[in-house]
Amino acid sequence: MNLVLSKTDSGRAVSNVFVKANGRLPGAGSVADIRARAFEAYKRAGLPHRRIEEWKYTDLRVLMHHVLPLAPQPDAAALARARAAVAQAAVEKRAVEGAAKLVLVDGVFSPNLSDIAELGQSVNVRTLREVLDDPANEGRGDLLLTTTTDAVISLNAAMVTDGVVITVTDGTELCRPIQIVHVATTSSASSFTRSHLRLGKGVQAAVVESFVAVEGARNHQANDAVIVSVGEAANLDHLHVMVGGADATNISSGFFVLEASAKLKLFSMNCGGAVSRYQAFITLAGEGSELSANGINLVRDKQHGDTTLIVDHVVPHCTSRANFRAAVDDRGHSVFQGRIIVRPDAQKTDGRMMTRALLLSDEAEADNKPELDICADDVTCGHGAASGALDEALLFYLRARGLSEKEAQALLIQAFLGEAIEEIADRTLREFAILQAERWLGARG
Amino acid sequence: MVAVQETVDRVRRIDVDQYRYGFETLIESEKAPKGLSEDIVRFISEKKSEPAWMLEWRLEAYRRWLTMTEPTWARVNYPKIDYQDLYYYAAPKPKKTLSSIDEIDPEILKTYEKLGIPLREVAILEGVEPPPGGEPSEQRRIAVDAVFDSVSVATTFQKELKKAGVIFMPISEAIREHPELVRKYLGSVVPTSDNFFATLNSAVFSDGSFVYVPPGVRCPMELSTYFRINERNTGQFERTLIIADKGSYVSYLEGCTAPQRDENQLHAAVVELVALDDAEIKYSTVQNWYPGNSEGKGGIYNFVTKRGECRGANSKISWTQVETGSAITWKYPSCILRGDHSRGEFYSIAISNGYQQVDSGTKMIHLGKNTSSRIISKGIAAGKSQNTYRGLVTAHRKATGARNYTACDSLLIGDKCGAHTVPYVEAKNSSATFEHEATTSKISEDVLFYCVQRGLSQEEAVGLVVNGFVKDVLQQLPMEFAVEAQKLISISLEGSVG
Repeated sequence: MNLVLSKTDSGRAVSNVFVKANGRLPGAGSVADIRARAFEAYKRAGLPHRRIEEWKYTDLRVLMHHVLPLAPQPDAAALARARAAVAQAAVEKRAVEGAAKLVLVDGVFSPNLSDIAELGQSVNVRTLREVLDDPANEGRGDLLLTTTTDAVISLNAAMVTDGVVITVTDGTELCRPIQIVHVATTSSASSFTRSHLRLGKGVQAAVVESFVAVEGARNHQANDAVIVSVGEAANLDHLHVMVGGADATNISSGFFVLEASAKLKLFSMNCGGAVSRYQAFITLAGEGSELSANGINLVRDKQHGDTTLIVDHVVPHCTSRANFRAAVDDRGHSVFQGRIIVRPDAQKTDGRMMTRALLLSDEAEADNKPELDICADDVTCGHGAASGALDEALLFYLRARGLSEKEAQALLIQAFLGEAIEEIADRTLREFAILQAERWLGARG
Repeated sequence: MVAVQETVDRVRRIDVDQYRYGFETLIESEKAPKGLSEDIVRFISEKKSEPAWMLEWRLEAYRRWLTMTEPTWARVNYPKIDYQDLYYYAAPKPKKTLSSIDEIDPEILKTYEKLGIPLREVAILEGVEPPPGGEPSEQRRIAVDAVFDSVSVATTFQKELKKAGVIFMPISEAIREHPELVRKYLGSVVPTSDNFFATLNSAVFSDGSFVYVPPGVRCPMELSTYFRINERNTGQFERTLIIADKGSYVSYLEGCTAPQRDENQLHAAVVELVALDDAEIKYSTVQNWYPGNSEGKGGIYNFVTKRGECRGANSKISWTQVETGSAITWKYPSCILRGDHSRGEFYSIAISNGYQQVDSGTKMIHLGKNTSSRIISKGIAAGKSQNTYRGLVTAHRKATGARNYTACDSLLIGDKCGAHTVPYVEAKNSSATFEHEATTSKISEDVLFYCVQRGLSQEEAVGLVVNGFVKDVLQQLPMEFAVEAQKLISISLEGSVG
């Protein structure tokens, strides 16, 4: 009974949100039709709940209750606060050093805070709003479509206000990482963003997405989608970082398609936010493509962190590796769901997935669901899952050598997380990730 | 690799007649009218001369069932089942009241003989009469309860079991003779409201076995139930309840077959196990229902709820299953580890061929302190079959020191089949230690080459590798079953190379 009620409630609230937002959403004609259809799809399903298999452990009806109204167009004051927050993040080393920043404030691209000029000729950046509003661009509606969809992705397509569309020409080697920074400046509001990244043949790039909230911005909901195509023999290091406000909700979806011989190193880092879900859908669509997907999930208090990874092997001779770690403290709840799909034609696939969770408190919870879905016979696939507490024997060893309980724990946790972080190929990104993990550990006291 | 025409032909030939138990027994039977209603539930209850409380229990389940919807989460596809197009009760027509085994319809006796299940106690020794006064040897004795369609036709070794204090009888008799035990335990592990198929079973179950092992008794022989579906268009709904009282031990075997028919038949059973303090139950199944023909026509839909509860401290429940039959298998023998230091085990081999679909696994629910569980699952998919392992391991907040080890491996033979692994691992306290690993692979060419080079045929080589692959599980089976299971495996895999 309660479920039904909450569904209608959130449904009604969102209907209002959508109607109210209508004047602010870019794109008319066919784009508006796609939005309306996407919204219908969302309304039919409502917020995902535990009876939806993919959301079994992350029941948004309980965790989010309802979708908050769209954040207003940022005014000068909001932009100033955002600028200060971005500068502060750099000082506190919460931003990747030397990265070219593309800043979205409350779901709206802010050219003044971004470093577009520094990206050079071979990188073309347009805003999603620009593209959707361009009637000459026939295929603009496609930007709102994705290969896989669910309720939150449909909601994103319906409500998206802005994002960046980045195209990197063939053969470019980017000398500095691109960082897409999402800044939340308003309280009790939501933002919907969607970005596209197209890497041409042989491109070498490192991309970071991060989410921050300015001081005083409470209870912000972000729903982001990133659609990436990695061209033939291109090489992408992609880092998704959630370090936002303690009461923030973050739902991010990533879609990656790898062409022949392309390499993707994906890393998801979650160490903030009340509720965060990162779902990555990776399609190995070209022979010889390689994926290394890794991540760490650091949760404490009553935080809920969910990483969901769907690796789809469509063609033969592809390799995928996944290694996820979670450290769960207090009453935190960490979720990892992974699935390796091997399509009937994808012979000679080599896929492996490992997930481990470290439970640091008696009330911590870690749920793992590593799935294999294999329809070809000449493959080797494996997965593993383990969860447990810190090894008493190791702790004793370190204590015997004079470390305090906390120090000994910190050292072991660091080593545990390090195994995943080491997989980040780009040095700047790796150091950034290490720093965030150390900060989390430091806060344990 | 693509199968050569010769192999394809051979597979087809073997597939159709590989099922040895597909014969039908021509026997007059008594059926309830088709369809399901309160009247049918009353009819079944009346047929069994059940007390009023039992009828109430059934009716409650039936009313609840009406409000439930069929689950769709399993990875199986089948046309919608018309629950009104089934007979819910079918029993061989008794010619007169039976006073001894000699009076059982010879047709039925013949059926069980053909299946290799001796119902005459003397026939246990490979069909040879024991010397006068000689007891059958200790090891080979198994007490059998034979269930034919909806009723139990014979239970052997009743007398000897009674001497030991063990109650082993059809559940319909137990409801009449031991109502206090049945009332206390029936539905206490799988409540009537548990799931769609279990609720249906609660409303219409017709027979099954009941076992009670009193405190401190080690059951003197293996107990076994043999289920046979014979009638057309009938559903079989049996219910098994096994209670091992404090410090007792029982090993129970279950086997099942059905005739070869073009239509699909429904089998929705419920098995409940209760192990009290220090008790141990070992439950083994060789499931060999008719799997359908090589085009995927016919076969049994097997929707089974099996659950055991380690209710007492230091108790242990062990499930071993060999799944080769059924068009669809939907089955998750589970353990609720409520007692402190209790232990649950699950050993499974699931083999699918042709168009079979298997979605099977287990649930280990850790509630007590220092509980441990172990899951070994081997799935083999051949032909165009789909084989899914679905398992849950969960430790409650208070289940400190819970441990689990899970290993599930899949083997694929051919490129038209699929193997899927869906494990759920939920740790809700820090002292729970869970390990899970799974692999999927095909039989290595090197290994096959090695065997063939030493004179084995391709199929023998595959049989050898597969047997090695499933050895861990077979070792857990009682001896009689292990031999049978090994035979089954070689049958199921015949013709699957290529």
